[in-house]
Amino acid sequence: MSRVQNVLVGTVRSALGWVPAQWLPGGTPDPLIGRRGEVGRQAARLDGDVKVQGQARFSAEVPLENLCYAALVHGTITRGRITRLDTAKAEAAEGVLLVVTHRNMPRVSGPSLIAITDPTAVGNSSLPILQDDKVHYNGQVVAAVVAETQEQADHAASLIEIDYAAEPAETRFEEAKSGARIIPSLLIERNHLSLGKAERELTRAPHKVDNLYRTQWQNHNAIELHALTVAWGGETLTVHDTTQMIASEAATLAKMFGLKREDVRVLSPFVGGGFGGKGFWDHQVVAVAAARMVGRPLRLQLTREGVYRIVGGRSATEQRVALGADNEGRFTALIHNGYSVMPPYGACPEAYTLGTRSAYRAKSFEILQRHIDMAVVPNTFMRAPGEAIGTFALESAVDELAHELAMDPIELRLRNLPEKHPITGAPFSQHAAAKSWADGAAHFGWERRSATPGARRKGEWRIGMGCGSGSFPYVRMPGAAVRLTIRRDGTATLACSAQEMGMGTSTVLAQQVADRLGVPLDAVVIETGDSDLPAAPMAGGSGQSVSIAGALLAASEKLPAELLRLAGNDSPLAGLRAGEIRLGQEGMASAADPSRHETFRSILARANRDEVSVSATGTPPLEMMKFAMHSTAAMFCELRVSDVTGEIRVDRLLGSFDCGTILNPRTAASQFRGGMIMGLGLALTEETWLDERSGRIMNPTLADYHIPAHLDVPDIEVMWTGIPDPRSPLGARGIGEIGITGVAAAVANAVFNATGKRVRDLPITLDKLL
Amino acid sequence: MAITINGTPVDPPADPRVSLLDLMRDRLHLTGTKVGCNQGACGACTVLIDGQRVLSCLTLAVQAEGRTVTTIEGLGADGLHPLQQAFLEHDGFQCGYCTPGQICAASAMLEEVAAGMPSYVTRDLAAPARLTREEVRERMSGNLCRCGAHNGIIDAIMAVAEEQAA
Repeated sequence: MSRVQNVLVGTVRSALGWVPAQWLPGGTPDPLIGRRGEVGRQAARLDGDVKVQGQARFSAEVPLENLCYAALVHGTITRGRITRLDTAKAEAAEGVLLVVTHRNMPRVSGPSLIAITDPTAVGNSSLPILQDDKVHYNGQVVAAVVAETQEQADHAASLIEIDYAAEPAETRFEEAKSGARIIPSLLIERNHLSLGKAERELTRAPHKVDNLYRTQWQNHNAIELHALTVAWGGETLTVHDTTQMIASEAATLAKMFGLKREDVRVLSPFVGGGFGGKGFWDHQVVAVAAARMVGRPLRLQLTREGVYRIVGGRSATEQRVALGADNEGRFTALIHNGYSVMPPYGACPEAYTLGTRSAYRAKSFEILQRHIDMAVVPNTFMRAPGEAIGTFALESAVDELAHELAMDPIELRLRNLPEKHPITGAPFSQHAAAKSWADGAAHFGWERRSATPGARRKGEWRIGMGCGSGSFPYVRMPGAAVRLTIRRDGTATLACSAQEMGMGTSTVLAQQVADRLGVPLDAVVIETGDSDLPAAPMAGGSGQSVSIAGALLAASEKLPAELLRLAGNDSPLAGLRAGEIRLGQEGMASAADPSRHETFRSILARANRDEVSVSATGTPPLEMMKFAMHSTAAMFCELRVSDVTGEIRVDRLLGSFDCGTILNPRTAASQFRGGMIMGLGLALTEETWLDERSGRIMNPTLADYHIPAHLDVPDIEVMWTGIPDPRSPLGARGIGEIGITGVAAAVANAVFNATGKRVRDLPITLDKLL
Repeated sequence: MAITINGTPVDPPADPRVSLLDLMRDRLHLTGTKVGCNQGACGACTVLIDGQRVLSCLTLAVQAEGRTVTTIEGLGADGLHPLQQAFLEHDGFQCGYCTPGQICAASAMLEEVAAGMPSYVTRDLAAPARLTREEVRERMSGNLCRCGAHNGIIDAIMAVAEEQAA
């Protein structure tokens, strides 16, 4: 996030601007694009059977001999020092094996903070973990108890007596704004963007809106609690964890505990929901250290309260969006700036302006984010960090401007859609936002919307329709590696340390392998979830699938040379070079003369080999630098608001997506809907209440933090253009996060359409409508 | 007195603090029953006691003495239960963590409807309970899903209910 990075990224981008597209990865479209095969079919989930039977083994469910259990103690002040720490009663309690505090915790340095320049860096916090008597935020881990049973550990943890000397701490968002800092870059983008004189254009504009929007603190709330089961074997370490970053967690633990990377193994075959929250936090370090101290395998499962206390969520924001437009509705000024929280010991900026930069054309832009420091658990990335809430502000503003112009809000958007990236000028790799708007509006019946707010009513209910744009960038992460093995029995195995959190990772990978090699789907074996396998990228940025797809593409390009070496002179392929080969039909053939074909089985049998294996890493993702690669969505909502109670019931929700090739319509539809449902929570029910007097979270429970329940979720329709992106593997762009974007604005805009009340402050609870 | 879990008699734990959930997960390695909150807010730990749905995290193991407990492992002991099959067909899950609780709750919920028990959204309390999507949504709202498989879950339950009615 440095100025140097801005210069580097800028230089690479401008250099690539001059490089012909065909020289780059993705320059020649992936030959599988448009080919009918397993990709694009509704393959059933490979892990379905074990999941519906409760047989998927999660990290807290690994049976180990002689296992002991840990419980954490969370601090109760926001900032200060521990002045008295009495562990005697806890140590004397039945079954207790060990009490860990800063006095006996081994000295470990903090993990490296998450950084795009270092894929092994996974830390969400640079604060020391049980290394001294200081407290930095309310709920921080101050002690841990290890006992024979969980009940004994929990009870003993309650016996630890702690006195604190509290110090002043910044716990109020409003007050902390005055000390805001400006960091040079947001992820790989420059933070401050100024194009033309936006403030002046705004003043001159015949039509304008200029408002503040506020979004709430949120927590991920995967239903599975964070938990790990740790086993040391001398100088080797095995950690069964629930994590979105298997390979980098192994690397980080090795570094922190002075071990060789190959002596650390992180296993995470199933993750019970992640959404950005299943990362690297203090509990893993405490558990690994405590297991070593006690000399036994150990399990630590956070309580639900513990997850809220030590795993950060989405930062609250205050955003200003101002739009100026001429009489035809063309934007002359687009201003988006504001505040979010990122403590100096955190690393995750809430980049709510990123989506704005590619959303619309405008004569002038002014974009800048400020970061404020509060004494809180460091916030981290949560599903579509930035875009989820940035689209709420921007797309509410567009709706407000449309109302001001007396123009249909979809028409206003269509008039301002960009033909190329509005700021960098880079060409879009593929962009069909207009089509997703048209398809969505037709399917939803947008024409039935009344342009006059508050005009539709049924009994006590006022009915409204709203829409909003969603967006998410294409991300292919560098360094994704796979191993592809072909066996004499006709099977093929793809191995990498990928994470399965419910997205359908292995299912979709199996479809790809089947198509790349021309083998039947049931002959494909996928091995994931293990840091001993080639390192896949983390499950983040909606980039896991395309990153691995890129690595698989690289592996399948290496495979012909390996097989030709084995094929020998008796093969129909004899004399061909690797570049003249095409994979398919369970083997390979001459590209020029497909009748010269030999199966993998036959090649391996003749060479008397059981298998052949290639390892490969995806090409550097330079396509992201040369092209503007963005997915878009058009979200539609119909809801009703009670005159009596202010209650909002969402009756219909539709998402129309432009996300490249859809690899598996069944798992994709579920991902889209899942994001949209989380969007409903953002819009209507979810909020982590931070007590601004004490800096303590007041509702660290699923009883008080309301994620959408069945009755809150209507039947949700999803549709997509399905137009492949010629610059990405398989023509696909990630879909894990875009579903949440644009939803909160569609809901807020529908509330306005129903009631005439504009709510700019999420969540839209009924008190705001009375 | 023994607790009968999926047909097998089990001794109650010596430590009376042990919940039914922890008895099953930690002592018996019956890990199909999940833990999401330990305070009855999420439904992931739903099991059946004498056929009725119960949150096993809020149930002390000793409270189940002399009673019959059925978990997801027991529900599908003789091949996939129709609900398990329907969850597969209608893609009623992603990560799979809330799934056993959803399926156990759904099986008991269908029995409740069959027995004529009304719900908060039942309009006519005197008439026999009729299973609509809204009824299923209301009756299943104690089982949270964070991945967002709600539509698939309701589809799966409706499919089984319609099959049973046919």
